[in-house]
Amino acid sequence: MTIALEPAAPAAQGDRVSLLRVLGPAHVWALGVGIVLVGEFTGWNFSADKGGALAALIVCWVVGLLYTSVAMIDSEVTSTVAAAGGQYAQAKHIVGPLMAFNVALFLVFAYTMLEVSDAILLGDTIVAKAGVEGLTHNSFIAATIVVLAWLNYRGVLMTLNVNFVITAVAYISIVILFFSVSPWTQGAVLKLNELVTPGNALPYGWIGVIAAFQFGIWYYLGIEGTTQAAEEVRSPARSLPYGTMAGMITLLIAAAMTWYVCASMMPWEYLGITYYPLWDAGKLTGSPLLENLLFVATLLAAMASANGCINDAARAWFSLGRDRYLPTWFSAVHPRYRTPYRSILFLLPIALAFAFIADLNQAITFSILSGVLQYTFMSINIIMFRKKWPLGSIRRGYTHPFHPIPAIVLFCLCVVTFFAIFLGFGSQLIAMVAFYFLISLWFHFYRYKFVRRGDQFTMPWPKPQGY
Amino acid sequence: MWVALSYACWGISIVLALWMLYDWFKVDTTFSEEVLTSSREGELEATSEKHRI
Repeated sequence: MTIALEPAAPAAQGDRVSLLRVLGPAHVWALGVGIVLVGEFTGWNFSADKGGALAALIVCWVVGLLYTSVAMIDSEVTSTVAAAGGQYAQAKHIVGPLMAFNVALFLVFAYTMLEVSDAILLGDTIVAKAGVEGLTHNSFIAATIVVLAWLNYRGVLMTLNVNFVITAVAYISIVILFFSVSPWTQGAVLKLNELVTPGNALPYGWIGVIAAFQFGIWYYLGIEGTTQAAEEVRSPARSLPYGTMAGMITLLIAAAMTWYVCASMMPWEYLGITYYPLWDAGKLTGSPLLENLLFVATLLAAMASANGCINDAARAWFSLGRDRYLPTWFSAVHPRYRTPYRSILFLLPIALAFAFIADLNQAITFSILSGVLQYTFMSINIIMFRKKWPLGSIRRGYTHPFHPIPAIVLFCLCVVTFFAIFLGFGSQLIAMVAFYFLISLWFHFYRYKFVRRGDQFTMPWPKPQGY
Repeated sequence: MWVALSYACWGISIVLALWMLYDWFKVDTTFSEEVLTSSREGELEATSEKHRI
């Protein structure tokens, strides 16, 4: 007997306990945009340090193209493979177990490190605002991670309702800032023509634009996290493509507004090093109301992102346990709250430990690296998916247009981003690839013998073409 | 005020962490491992979406 569709009541002994299907497209939007929006409040602006203000704009659009490809590809595959774990479940069915294991680790690393970065940002923002000597960020980091883990522990519906509200408030603050500085007039508040001139637009030339890709990723990093909700949305085939694409459109607008306001108010030399570009823009307007609004919005955006990351990392870890890629102990679902509670609790001290010992740049870089590895996989995955199960052979909730152009664009932009990361953080890139290589050996030679090979493939699809 | 807020954050973190540990212990001792790990991937696919073209 399954009780997956019933209200959240305690399960009795003998029942099957599943994740609850209670989410709609708005929750999918809140999950995706919630994870990403913090990138507008900090992160994207470091691309200006790499290549100047114009480079930050160029990567805003080009990386936007990368993520539009990600969103389209992801929407097609996940509307067909609707399971917790998202890209992990896709990789398992389309490529194979070793790829799936690696993809799940990419997901867990990307989201856990992003959660760590969010918590550090939130703590640092409060300390900067307080200006009290001796006050450290540790207590604020601990509260962020523990309170949000508790929220996730208590149920996905409340978690994403909260995310929807705080993400919407943070987003609206960007819109308010944009219209408060008279964006249609230059010279009053905005001085784009003075701050970005032909002489300083690209201070390091086109190699600076390439280098800027590393932090340009922050405009949209994490939108693919919507797929982790696949097993908890009421109608995956409809909600996931709708929520993901709506989220991507929302973010493209936010990114463009953010760049325009910030590049028109701060010189690129400062914009590229500040941790609070939007909060600084609020201060520069001279309005205490806007300054405080952007301060609160920075905190809310960091909270929304960490909240979504806890949700996603726990589901990826849970899925690994359910397929015995890790001990099945991790696949427990709370009988009352219907959440992967052991995975949430297991990842909690790991996030805390990294947040206390890592610095923001390192955590961001590990998150970006794992994310880009995942996007590279997605470009190959969609080619294999269309080849093995061509259009018409299985039912798809969404079919993305212009195949294989988005996959090719995605792959090429990932290669450029890897090169950009190598320029800035070459040793971390090599260390991370070495880690994934060693962990793959462990999985292949040791762990895979515990996996029930027939049980892991759950989609009732016809045999793939050519098999 | 900020220092008091910092102490409050430590307090809330400790209380919620202890609550989660207590609830974890309670659930694990009340329900069998078989029930807790009974979730299966693809249940929706198997029940409501038949993939008819």
